Amino acid sequence: MSMLELCEVSRSYGQGSAEVHALREVSLTADEGAMVAVMGPSGSGKSTLLTIAGTLEDPTSGEVLIAGQPVSRESRGAKARLRRRVIGYVFQDFNLLPGLTAAENVSLPLELDGVPGRKARVAALKALDRLGLADRASHYPDQMSGGERQRAAIARAMVGERRLLLADEPSGALDSVNGEAVMRLIHDACKNAGMTAVVVTHDAQLASWADRVMFLRDGRVTDQTVPAGPESLLTPGRNQ
Amino acid sequence: MSVRHAMLALLTEGPKYGLRLREEFEARTGEVWPLNVGQVYATLQRLERDGLVESDGTGDEGAQKSFRITAEGEQELARWLRTPPDLSSPPRDELVMKVLVALRVPGTDVAAVIQAHRRYLVELMQQWTRIKEYDARGDLSMLLAVDAELFRLDSVVRWLDAAEARIQRAAADGTMTPADQAGPGNQTRAPLPRQRREARRWR
Repeated sequence: MSMLELCEVSRSYGQGSAEVHALREVSLTADEGAMVAVMGPSGSGKSTLLTIAGTLEDPTSGEVLIAGQPVSRESRGAKARLRRRVIGYVFQDFNLLPGLTAAENVSLPLELDGVPGRKARVAALKALDRLGLADRASHYPDQMSGGERQRAAIARAMVGERRLLLADEPSGALDSVNGEAVMRLIHDACKNAGMTAVVVTHDAQLASWADRVMFLRDGRVTDQTVPAGPESLLTPGRNQ
Repeated sequence: MSVRHAMLALLTEGPKYGLRLREEFEARTGEVWPLNVGQVYATLQRLERDGLVESDGTGDEGAQKSFRITAEGEQELARWLRTPPDLSSPPRDELVMKVLVALRVPGTDVAAVIQAHRRYLVELMQQWTRIKEYDARGDLSMLLAVDAELFRLDSVVRWLDAAEARIQRAAADGTMTPADQAGPGNQTRAPLPRQRREARRWR
């Protein structure tokens, strides 16, 4: 089943000669358990695509479906619930609240959604443990490394029953080894926990963790990768 | 990849038979560089001729002979490890040539040419990343070898990105000369001597 569908989504800002087309008739489908990367240079529309997919912004035309439900027909309150319960966001600069511990940061979205504090904390500790941060639960963001902060942000994006993870340059602030660790976690969340992820990045090494890479140029999807066949690059005799 | 020096390195661990050297070479390089038996025996013969290894002399074929490294072999290996490979002259790069040529062939959609190569490279990178994910977990040699391949492919994707941006900017600024766009007969502005020589072949 498709967890996320964008059907000919366009987004423009301004009018007349000042009109800027951020997205032009973009279609994208991400099935449950899939990891999709969207690659493009600065200004190609990657972040706009993600904010529209995450219902933070409405498209000018076209439709977004989350778990098969058209978002445009939902009320503002219903969209807000969707964002609190189904969608998790990961940003380049982590966006953790500095005055809260890792566990408090992770449990916050659940508590905002009315989950009792104790229950939210248990869920937060479980999410932190899944990302190898059990021993950092009581640490504040400034007591953690960049890689740990981003892992805490991923825990926050996955806590509870969230099924759709949207990540905007999630490794942009990290070195290559920590960046890879973040992509590996997102990949594992899709393959082992049934999450669906859309990751936008300009970095080919990070995008290569995805099942499918879509290329965005000037607001349009211009191309996408084709999944490889069963033959491995390591097949004996292939290089001889 | 210097098979010769890889063989010397494996022999620093102690005497080994030819067949075992081949197996260990492939295992240590993460099976990224497969080696045929003939290459192994020819390499061992040359190393023995140059006094860098010695054999026990029994058996006619490399597979049955046991080889050990000599003091000269150890010195040669130490010298090789610290000698940077020659990267001073740019390699003849077919992809660079294709983009340069695409600029000069009238009616060519250069962005589409660049994208075709970019997609192919990213597809290859996806395959290497799958190997990293499933085949290379816990295998440090294979992880390092796959990383090297990923960084190499990534650098080409980055060059394509930069080339596309530079071409777009030149077109927008009007600084693209007829030589950058037109067909045969014009001078190319390719900066590298070897590439310039290559480009001339296309005129």
